[in-house]
Amino acid sequence: MGFHWAKKYEPQSGLEKWLDERLPIIRLVHDSVGAGYPAPKNLNYWWNFGSLAGLFLVVQIVTGIVLAMHYAANQAVAFDSVERIMRDVNFGWLIRYMHANGASFFFIVVYVHILRGLYYGSYKAPREMLWILGVVIYLLMMATGFMGYVLPWGQMSFWGAQVITGLFSAIPVVGDDIQTLLLGAPFVGNPALNKFFSLHYLLPFVIAGVVILHIWALHIPGSNNPLGIDVKGPADTVPFHPYYTAKDLMGVVAALIVFSIFVFFLPNALGHPDNYIPADPLSTPAHIVPEWYYWPFYAILRAFTYDFLGVPAKLWGVLAMFAAILLLFFLPWLDDSKTRSARFRPVYKQLFWLLVADLALLGYCGAAPAEEPYVRISQFAAAYYFIHFLILVPIVARLETPKPLPKSISEPVLPGAAAQPAE
Amino acid sequence: MAIADSSAAPGSTEHGVRRRDFIHIVSGGFVAAGAAAAAWPFISQMNPAADTRALSTVEVDLAPVASGQAIKVMWQGKPVFVRNRPEAEVKAMRAVSLSELRDPQKDEDRVQAGHDNWLVTLGVCTHLGCVPLGAAQGEPKGEYGGYFCPCHGSHYDASGRIRKGPAPKNLEVPTYAFKTPTAIVIG
Repeated sequence: MGFHWAKKYEPQSGLEKWLDERLPIIRLVHDSVGAGYPAPKNLNYWWNFGSLAGLFLVVQIVTGIVLAMHYAANQAVAFDSVERIMRDVNFGWLIRYMHANGASFFFIVVYVHILRGLYYGSYKAPREMLWILGVVIYLLMMATGFMGYVLPWGQMSFWGAQVITGLFSAIPVVGDDIQTLLLGAPFVGNPALNKFFSLHYLLPFVIAGVVILHIWALHIPGSNNPLGIDVKGPADTVPFHPYYTAKDLMGVVAALIVFSIFVFFLPNALGHPDNYIPADPLSTPAHIVPEWYYWPFYAILRAFTYDFLGVPAKLWGVLAMFAAILLLFFLPWLDDSKTRSARFRPVYKQLFWLLVADLALLGYCGAAPAEEPYVRISQFAAAYYFIHFLILVPIVARLETPKPLPKSISEPVLPGAAAQPAE
Repeated sequence: MAIADSSAAPGSTEHGVRRRDFIHIVSGGFVAAGAAAAAWPFISQMNPAADTRALSTVEVDLAPVASGQAIKVMWQGKPVFVRNRPEAEVKAMRAVSLSELRDPQKDEDRVQAGHDNWLVTLGVCTHLGCVPLGAAQGEPKGEYGGYFCPCHGSHYDASGRIRKGPAPKNLEVPTYAFKTPTAIVIG
């Protein structure tokens, strides 16, 4: 791991030496996030969002373990046990609001982290495994977030479980059986609630495991950087500690300030009020929406309203929604431009911002009722999403002439060197 | 971070203390205070919740308890024995010399004046927390006519005082008050 100029760990005391020969854990920290891990010196604040994702994973696990001490996963008492947490458990309101908003913040920072990777080409060789593990983490987060949202057993919990497991019923022949298997019953009820609670507790630890692989995969080539060019020598790097530990800590402080604003002043701004109505199997809410972080994919799901090519609309929607995420696995090979950073890719840069706008539009439609004009807009926006990844990105990679790259990371910043190319 | 020549080090005072040392101490203290404040709710949530604390008092009607009988009631998740002692039993208990007792306490100090027949104790053996026998009809009352803990053989007398066996202390008397002559509020 790391570059050959990395500072070697030297045990300072007899105790450290003794420990190092038996369990070199201080060496591991030193080499992975310490002074022994050189990182490109030009990382900007968009590189903070990896450590912030780690922060919110920890927030979710810690608050989640506490909530599980007070929550009861039984349909007769689940809703009341959540209200008991809110009203009776000491600081229960705080811990639950941290968990509910922590989920949103986890997704916010992960979305920024993914978009940063898209902009600066961090998914390209030699970081394909790093990217693939990231997509795995994202899929696990979506599953975990969905199952967590079911647990309070409010109206949105119940009908969300109904709709999301209903996706699997679109699979030909065995669909209904799969839905029954997932729910443990032909309906949404106690078996599903119990199962989702068990898995909701398990998956964050699976995520933590994949995060370790993700960080391992990161440490093989080292971080990408805003210029997207390889590190050439010691002049291009600084030690991770204290430079990036300090910078990451700065980001943590800023993120926690924003997080606190939501937890203390806008605790329900990102949730849906209908989930404070106990689950009622006899009445579906007039307008059922998932949590905001699923909106773009929910819009893709609903964009398919016609049967075509002999495939029913329901199955098209489900296939498209899953394909929208799964195609990210293939992005490193869809985009084979050798230039990583969008700074030097004038056409790709515009495509990137169009994709961001498209995702925002899809998100807006995903939150809107399933009626015109939103359905028609979703159809065009969903089509563009696939056109972006499957047609435009591969074509642009071949046709685009990148701007000249700097010789090294240090060249544009050292005095006398050529000026950094314009954005 | 030793300083070789304090007067030459930037920002240092004549005492060899640098501004940076001060900043380190202040920021370290600030971080420690912040960490403690952040940890507080996570520790506090383990303490009894408001609905659990609301179970802290229970009212008991004594009218149905005849002389020589006892009842068990639940208070804060624990059994409480309420015993209506006959005159003779009270007299016998007050005759016991304190020197005979492992945990010396007068019977008068274990009941409320004017309600000397009523003995109210926790039904929790002071040895390891089992529920002693002797409150319900037909249960063994032990060698001293009070309560007998079957777990490890502790014998309590009719004042709930430990007389024989491994238990170290008398049965605990909870805080209670007579609301009316025939009703008490425990807790």
